[in-house]
Amino acid sequence: MSENKTILNIRDLDISFKTNAGTVHAIRGVNLDLQKGETVAIVGESGSGKSVTMKAAMGLLDANATVNRGEILYTYTDEKGQETTVDLLKLPKKQLRQHYNGQRIAMVFQDPMTSLDPTMTIGKQIMEGMFLHKNMSKEAAKARALELLQLVGITDAEKRFKNYPHQLSGGMRQRVVIAIALSADPDILICDEPTTALDVTIQARILELIMDIQEKMKLSVIYITHDLGVVAKVADYVNVMYAGKIVEVGNVNEIFFEPKHPYTWGLLSAMPDLETEDDRLYSIPGSPPNLLHEPKGDAFAARNQFALAIDEKAEPPLFQVSPTHWAATWLLHPDAPKVEIPPELQARLERARKEAEKYL
Amino acid sequence: MIKYTLKRVGMAVLTLLIITFLLFVLVRIMPGNPFPSERMSAEQIANKRAEMGLDDPILTQFFRYLGNALHGDFGKGTSLYYGAPISTVLSTAISNSFRIGGLAVLWGSLVGLVLGITAALHRGKFLDGFCTVVSILGVCVPSYVFLIFLQYTFAFKIPFFPYFFDSSRFLFSSVIPALSLSLFTTSTIARFTRNEMVEVFDSDYVRLAEAKGMYGRGLVMKHVLRNALIPIVTVLAPLIVDLLTGALVVEKIYGINGIGKLMVDAIAGEGIDYNYVLALGILYSALYIGIMLLVDLLYGVLDPRIRVSSGKKEA
Repeated sequence: MSENKTILNIRDLDISFKTNAGTVHAIRGVNLDLQKGETVAIVGESGSGKSVTMKAAMGLLDANATVNRGEILYTYTDEKGQETTVDLLKLPKKQLRQHYNGQRIAMVFQDPMTSLDPTMTIGKQIMEGMFLHKNMSKEAAKARALELLQLVGITDAEKRFKNYPHQLSGGMRQRVVIAIALSADPDILICDEPTTALDVTIQARILELIMDIQEKMKLSVIYITHDLGVVAKVADYVNVMYAGKIVEVGNVNEIFFEPKHPYTWGLLSAMPDLETEDDRLYSIPGSPPNLLHEPKGDAFAARNQFALAIDEKAEPPLFQVSPTHWAATWLLHPDAPKVEIPPELQARLERARKEAEKYL
Repeated sequence: MIKYTLKRVGMAVLTLLIITFLLFVLVRIMPGNPFPSERMSAEQIANKRAEMGLDDPILTQFFRYLGNALHGDFGKGTSLYYGAPISTVLSTAISNSFRIGGLAVLWGSLVGLVLGITAALHRGKFLDGFCTVVSILGVCVPSYVFLIFLQYTFAFKIPFFPYFFDSSRFLFSSVIPALSLSLFTTSTIARFTRNEMVEVFDSDYVRLAEAKGMYGRGLVMKHVLRNALIPIVTVLAPLIVDLLTGALVVEKIYGINGIGKLMVDAIAGEGIDYNYVLALGILYSALYIGIMLLVDLLYGVLDPRIRVSSGKKEA
């Protein structure tokens, strides 16, 4: 699927928020690559900074946010067929909105119940992007909007076109939000927990819809999610994020079958599983660090049963495991004691791998 | 939409009818005698009562009053204006009050909206703070204090505007009372607009519109303002009634023959004039109900969720 052409490249992104309580250092040096046509997932707990990272790329950061360092490089082919790279963080807001948001990079939000304007018909909301970026005539825009509504699986498009958001169910609204995101033919689609607010039965259908559209429109997709089930279903590459840093990155098989970071172990163990002997659901002890106070050493150390003495003192660098797999844990240091994945999790991963092989 | 409108209009008429009845009964069961003079004999009083229909059952009296009222006849005052027909006195008062009140409404909502929008667009910056201070001042200072200040400054110290109301130079002499009346409205609308707009700016759908590529004026006009306006209409409505019916004190101070002054005179004159109180009570209620009806209908136009909920709902 991948053409090995980097389309979005986040380098050393560092963002902090000024709050009444002090400065919260939410993003602490994030690196992320998205290749053309690929799907990349960012996984992490609430507050780990996964949404903030992508909001920075969309220019949607709150007013109290400061970008301290880093760049978000976006590479595209411009109108003249020239390959151009811009740093989205350096662009003035107006230029970002006029030429990039919606037109090249679009976003699907978490809650479809609140992300549509209640006083505007969905048809108008879909056409808005086309008027902004494509200079379409009214007729052409309407035809395209109806086409998009059908593409996202809304059956009586003609009638729905004139509906207001409150006349649609949650699942339908999310389909409309997706149609809006697609309205100006973007290259990149950012999905911020697109199924979290939806019924479980609808979730799978929305995911399949996004995958289907990705294929048809040659999109590169970034998923922000805390749901590993979603990740396993859609992602090519996975970035595990913790306390404003990416702690492990690898392709989907490496993360699910050979995870190296104790935090990833914790996340995987916390996934409900029918065959586990234990009848209690595992949860990672403790809670994420408060980023008002910069953690010293490894941010995960306090919750990590495998923490080493050095974890308290120095932050681990990313150790390379394979050409595509990196993890930031001292356990991978050549001098570290040999620590294996907890046997319980190992057994689960084996089962999952066998299960997966059946489908290959 | 038609069904919705008819239903609302019907409700409004019914409400007004009930209020009129209650007011009528209340005035009738008030203790006291319409002929307090010692010089009238019992027989004379009885004759007079029969002549005025005061011995009829209260319902008969009510319907007679209602019938007359529908023809624009509210009877005569008992002590005010030497028994001139109430409808004549009232129509002059209404025209004065409404014109000044209308100016105040126009000025108040325009300036309020501008202040509120400015504050919201510059949230957290100097202009926001400035607008907030102005509107807090406006809410705190009573309109008659502001009136006296304006009177002193722009009619006495700098004699540009007339010191008292002068109906022959209507527009010119309306400036001071209209300005002071609008102060509260301006401030209330400004604060409300600001808060609503800020809330809408923080909403997910504005985030989505931005992600779509909307910005600046287009974003505000298409997505923010309309959504912020819906709740503003509800606060504006009762303020409009207050302004139209004339602030009691302002009219009295500036010598405007409006309904506010009439009300004060009817209650505080020599002997309460019940007929005026009744007519004014009905007028106030009718205004309130009428404006609320208008707001309800306007709501339906502004907010599609309300429009559809009364009509056909689709799954």
